[in-house]
Amino acid sequence: MQQDDVVEPRVPVKDELKKRTVKGPDGFEFEVDPIHDYYCDARPEVRPGSYLKIVEDLFNWARSESLWILGFGTGCGAIEMRPLMTPRFDAYRYGIQWRPTPRQANLFVISGYLSVKTLKRVIRSYEQMQNPKYVVGLGSCTVNGGMYWDSYNTIKKLDEYLPVDVYVTGCMPRPEALLAGFEELKRIIRAGKGEGANLYAKNFDWYKANQKRVIHDWDMPDYNW
Amino acid sequence: MTFEWIKIPQSLLTLFIVLNYGLLLTALVQKIAARAGRRHGIPIWQNYVDLLKNYGLRTNITHGVMYYLGPVFRLSGGVGLLLFVPTIYGSEMFSNLSFAGDLILALYFIFFGTLGMALGAGESGHPHAAIGVSRGLSQVTAAELPLALAVFSVALQYHTLSVTDIVAAQQGGVAHWTLVTNPLAVVAGMFSFLGSMMRSPFDVVLAPQEIPIGPPTEYHSSYLALMQTNRAIFPVAKMVIYMNLFFGGASSWAEFCLKIFLIYMVSALVGVVFPRFRVEQSIRWFLTWAVPVGVAAILLV
Ligand code: SF4
Repeated sequence: MQQDDVVEPRVPVKDELKKRTVKGPDGFEFEVDPIHDYYCDARPEVRPGSYLKIVEDLFNWARSESLWILGFGTGCGAIEMRPLMTPRFDAYRYGIQWRPTPRQANLFVISGYLSVKTLKRVIRSYEQMQNPKYVVGLGSCTVNGGMYWDSYNTIKKLDEYLPVDVYVTGCMPRPEALLAGFEELKRIIRAGKGEGANLYAKNFDWYKANQKRVIHDWDMPDYNW
Repeated sequence: MTFEWIKIPQSLLTLFIVLNYGLLLTALVQKIAARAGRRHGIPIWQNYVDLLKNYGLRTNITHGVMYYLGPVFRLSGGVGLLLFVPTIYGSEMFSNLSFAGDLILALYFIFFGTLGMALGAGESGHPHAAIGVSRGLSQVTAAELPLALAVFSVALQYHTLSVTDIVAAQQGGVAHWTLVTNPLAVVAGMFSFLGSMMRSPFDVVLAPQEIPIGPPTEYHSSYLALMQTNRAIFPVAKMVIYMNLFFGGASSWAEFCLKIFLIYMVSALVGVVFPRFRVEQSIRWFLTWAVPVGVAAILLV
């Protein structure tokens, strides 16, 4: 979809997201509008770090030494994370752990190609993570589409949809490459440059426009808190 | 009765020591479990870093008042449990706020945090949290039964509900420990201990691979950090009770550290050997194996 005349996304609202009247157990009737009631529609804000540089440096060190990866595998690359958890490579040694919920994770590894359908879930998960958060793009598919460059339903440049901190190239990158990528990410965080969440907040409209250009069934609020 | 104000800084000191010991101990046990799986495991200071990072996150969101209070209840459960039980026997300084009937209060505090957590996780509105809580409550309740029986058996044996008196009665060598004088109660208590340490085979409630990590699904930032603090304090506080009731208490910090470590290793060893139970399996296990032992302990005392 590379047209300039952007079609207003059609919103085929799902049944469970439609406005409806619900009857409570006590016979009291009330109206539920899921999209507005269940989600917070505040825009993300740029959050500056702490006033004192020394405190912020300390926090940055802690963030770099405690990377919690969201356990969400999008493409082939997810398979390369298993050796990292197991004795062969054992990433736990480097302060890298896996978390099953986006609320607690602060690193999102986009492990390979992203179909448009998955992108939608990725955006929702990414937005539920707390500031500061980091994104690592794994594999050529996240850089320029890789071998899926002419596919009809995968995105090509991940950078246009989410702020990426580090790319790990290769098809498939080996676990060592991934570890090297994590070490690079740690350097970036310690240098105070891992500000992807603030970048996302600052250029929120641009990211949203890009996301909506490919996701046609946009039936969620603009910001998924 | 006069209240001595010096007890407050003394209790805080206990809390500080136990917090640091707990943080290091959980990391150490995790490392040992990792070695059993031929990994190196996390660095020993990892818990401190995680804690710092979680306190240092810039955003947090709330789902309501109970959501706030969940971690607070949890932490007060752990801290309360620790403070109402004498940590070091015979030390005026580390006997904390213990009093004559503290055993019943301790039983109550063990459960208190779980209940608070249930309310908090319920309000987070996440289905995984709700399912996790109902699983957790049913399992903890089943695991609590043998402990309650064991505690009553010990209380009957020593004719007192004061932890200090129970420890006093066990002084004078291993032969005086409850472990020797009332082994059935100890067995029942240790069965329950396995169930409450959230390690395999009874860790289905919090396991990341099951209903994603259960009750704390929605907790993050400082909320999570509070809960992590509690995860360092609470197991140690619980083991202090076990140590006092069954293993003769501790008369110095060195003895304390050693005994707590060994008690923890019981659950760690069982954990690396046995695979995970489902909730209904573990409840059945508690009811068929642990509870009868507890009943026998009461009958035979
Ligand atoms: S880069 Fe290669 S291995 Fe990775 S997702 Fe794309 S096709 Fe799969």
